[in-house]
Amino acid sequence: MEIAVISGKGGTGKSSITAAFATLGKKVLLADCDVDAANMHLIMNPSVEESTVYVSGEKAVINPLLCAVCGLCYDYCRFDAISFSDGKYHIDDVACDGCRLCTRICPEGAISMVKNDKSRMYSGSFRNGKMVFGLLEPGEENSGKLVAMIREKCRKVSEKNNLDTTIIDAPPGIGCAVISSITGTDRVFIVTEPSLSGFSDLKRVLQLIESFGIKRSVIINKYDLCLPVSKEIENFCLKEGIEISCKLPFEPEVVNAMINCQSITEWRPECEVSKILKEIWNKLQQENLIDCKD
Amino acid sequence: MRIAIASGKGGTGKTLISTNLFYVLKETGNDVTLADCDAEEPNSAAFFNCIKLSAKEVVQKTPVIDQNLCTYCGKCEEYCSYNAIFLVKERKLIKVMEDLCHGCGACSYACTYGAITEKENSLGEVIRFNHPSDLDTGRDSLIVEGRMRIGAYTPVPIIKAAVREAGTGVRESGTGNKGVINEAFVILDSPPGTSCPFIHTVSSADFVLLVTEPTPFGVSDLKISVSILRKLNKPFAVIVNRAGLGSRDVYDYLSKENIRLAMEIPFDREIAGIYSEGGIVAAKKDDLRKKFEKLAYSITEQKFNN
Repeated sequence: MEIAVISGKGGTGKSSITAAFATLGKKVLLADCDVDAANMHLIMNPSVEESTVYVSGEKAVINPLLCAVCGLCYDYCRFDAISFSDGKYHIDDVACDGCRLCTRICPEGAISMVKNDKSRMYSGSFRNGKMVFGLLEPGEENSGKLVAMIREKCRKVSEKNNLDTTIIDAPPGIGCAVISSITGTDRVFIVTEPSLSGFSDLKRVLQLIESFGIKRSVIINKYDLCLPVSKEIENFCLKEGIEISCKLPFEPEVVNAMINCQSITEWRPECEVSKILKEIWNKLQQENLIDCKD
Repeated sequence: MRIAIASGKGGTGKTLISTNLFYVLKETGNDVTLADCDAEEPNSAAFFNCIKLSAKEVVQKTPVIDQNLCTYCGKCEEYCSYNAIFLVKERKLIKVMEDLCHGCGACSYACTYGAITEKENSLGEVIRFNHPSDLDTGRDSLIVEGRMRIGAYTPVPIIKAAVREAGTGVRESGTGNKGVINEAFVILDSPPGTSCPFIHTVSSADFVLLVTEPTPFGVSDLKISVSILRKLNKPFAVIVNRAGLGSRDVYDYLSKENIRLAMEIPFDREIAGIYSEGGIVAAKKDDLRKKFEKLAYSITEQKFNN
């Protein structure tokens, strides 16, 4: 069973909830797919057993010694990556999309491609099982492809180690990294918070999931920080026929758990949040057993 | 002056800072534009009773292959760096995978048989809003929002278009006040993360305010953001939101790295409540208004630029 924890809005508590699930299971595979701002390894402190280079893309570079300053590359580039100053053409490596068209067009062969190879994917073990995570080099792109690589690795690791549950911590937003994180999963938890932004982001992320037809349920985190909006979200879900998995109260100990490199269920197993998350986890395990029998 | 409000970690309070800074700058008589660059999940405009002025579609060109002219030579497939052209030569099967296409035009250039033309696909839109109070005061403050189409592969072209739109300084109808505006402030509400969307937002800024929270995740993501801004040579300062939660690690880091702390906002259920309901805290809480006024003053007097 592959479970993804997502949220349109950032900072709603995805990673804290994922960490709780990951430490409630006895033999799980944990995947941190928020490669832009990976944090799960800070709590889980995994031992890294394997590291793989991820080539996030390529950038074009002009060799000024060969360049005849004809400007063809400038005319053809659709990413506004080429500029002209001081009698020379320059490539802005932030804007360059790596399409290579300029290298093919240049009559002097003055443009070549350089690989962005600073990003990594790691796999290893943590206290409750195996873990796979990626660190995208700051400023690089194609996080969706790195997520796809992590998911692929997860399948191999879970098969090899006979792990039946994979828990995925997804990035915020609704872009391609999120799509890669949820594709092919059995179950998606959407973590939201009772705020105008949380609610509006929830609606957009639900629209995205709809096209995937994955079983989804909503967790309203910190619901007591704004009861009216929390109620609004509940009513909306009820009307749309979306299951609300639970409502979690605001718990300052969640932050302290993080500071002590633990999940909330490890740090304060008796607090309200831990109790509710344990219940959900147990329910998930039962569902999984029934699914397996089918 | 262009100020980007950014943070590596999501949910630290970028939009809280952006909307309140916009409000205070406007209240103190400045000409200010708020550009919501979080095109995947835009929210800023929802905090104000805005009037929609216009919407511009952001399009990308994708190829259309004429099967009658195509010889299945495979040159377009070879030129495509995104695997967006699916070809089985033996079966004379060719297909454009539109979701993978980045619109670079390499396939059109590659095709020597004139079999490839292009059509426009929508990636999203850039919407301009006007603040209703501007109709009375004659002062016009704009809100520009980039909004990605759900399912589109990247928000970057929409972010670029929103950043451009916010920089034009030319006001459209509604106020009858056309022309280039001098000394205007542009606040760029950045998307979370430290990859491309973030870079495209901050790269046009003169100054960046990084918002963080005193938690291990907050500090870890702050360090990544700082390393990028230093590489880009952007002046920046840090705002600690939800101060009082977590630990002192963030302050130790800031003093060790000699980074300016621009403002602290305490963790307070009342602030969370006002923000959650779409309110502007600076309009409702005096202490917060003073904090934001001080921040706005530091910005207008360019106190940070050293």
